[in-house]
Amino acid sequence: MQITIYSTPTCPYCKMAKAFFDEQKIAYENIDVSVDHPKTEEMIQKSGQMGVPVIDMDGEIIIGFDRAKIEAILKK
Amino acid sequence: MSAAIYSTRKKIKTLIISKDMGGQAALSSDVENYLGFHMITGAELAQKFETHLRDFEDIELVRGEEVSAIKKKSKKFIVQTLGGKAYEGKTVLITSGKVPRKLGIPGEEKYRGRGVTYCATCDAPLFSGKDVAVIGGGNAALDAAWQLTKIAKSIQLVTNGEHFKKADQVLFGKIRESKKVTIYYHVTTSRIDGDAFVQSMEIKNAKTEKFHVQGVFIEIGSIPATQYLNNFIKLNQWQEIVINERNETSVKGVYAAGDVTSVPEKQVIVAAGEGAKAALMEFDYLAKRKA
Repeated sequence: MQITIYSTPTCPYCKMAKAFFDEQKIAYENIDVSVDHPKTEEMIQKSGQMGVPVIDMDGEIIIGFDRAKIEAILKK
Repeated sequence: MSAAIYSTRKKIKTLIISKDMGGQAALSSDVENYLGFHMITGAELAQKFETHLRDFEDIELVRGEEVSAIKKKSKKFIVQTLGGKAYEGKTVLITSGKVPRKLGIPGEEKYRGRGVTYCATCDAPLFSGKDVAVIGGGNAALDAAWQLTKIAKSIQLVTNGEHFKKADQVLFGKIRESKKVTIYYHVTTSRIDGDAFVQSMEIKNAKTEKFHVQGVFIEIGSIPATQYLNNFIKLNQWQEIVINERNETSVKGVYAAGDVTSVPEKQVIVAAGEGAKAALMEFDYLAKRKA
């Protein structure tokens, strides 16, 4: 599964999301939208909003660190 | 989480219903006064709490669900969620904390996450090179404005009060010196407008003024998360759950702990201690009920 986390370095829920995938030993790509502005636009396009984190799991977009949703997608 | 650990160690069948584990503690930037940690971020501390919690396999965790109502049904309580589910328990321990206070103006809800944000720590970096407004008259507003001076193009700092008298004067001094920041006193924010995202904000005092901004940071404090309780329980004038020293509420069998309650001082360590105490009181109640 291709997982991308759009995050900022200071955002607590971004840290939690990354820690969750680290704990589960699931690989992901982290994009720091505070420095990568084209990727910020990509995140806004995908999620229709400007809050972080945004997690893209094989095209399924999760806004915020919604552990229940993430776990449900991982179980599929 | 502290309550759940104490509860399960007393062999009480324990279920946690939580929209976002960690609550307000997770959003604190640096925590320097939690015993055993010289300095830790709120997010890391919350993560450690949860890892500790997960050592106890008997604790059932319903995550991502928000409680919409609590009702009494004969000798039991029914906890309903926004997702339409219902859970039953002999006792309930409420630890729903606080949520950001809202302005309640047109456009605020519509543009939430589309330029309107309540978490500068999370979202400030997304407004690099943009014109933004910060609303509030306390330290949180100053913190947000300060973070944004390093990122945004311009910052309109708006307060309906006076010169940040109760806030950190060192920080206020630094913000006043920043050429990026314009401060407005004694004004109210009346509306937020835009298309798909925020484009402008309107303020009022003697006259109405409109700013072109792409971000609106609302930092006007927090309120207890008790709206869903709807006359079920006694609240004080600040909408906090009234508890006694045993964490008992006005409804027998319902306990409360932490920032959502009338307990003085809203601190992570106070909330953790109160949670532990409430669970022990709950155990005492259940033991006596059985006897």
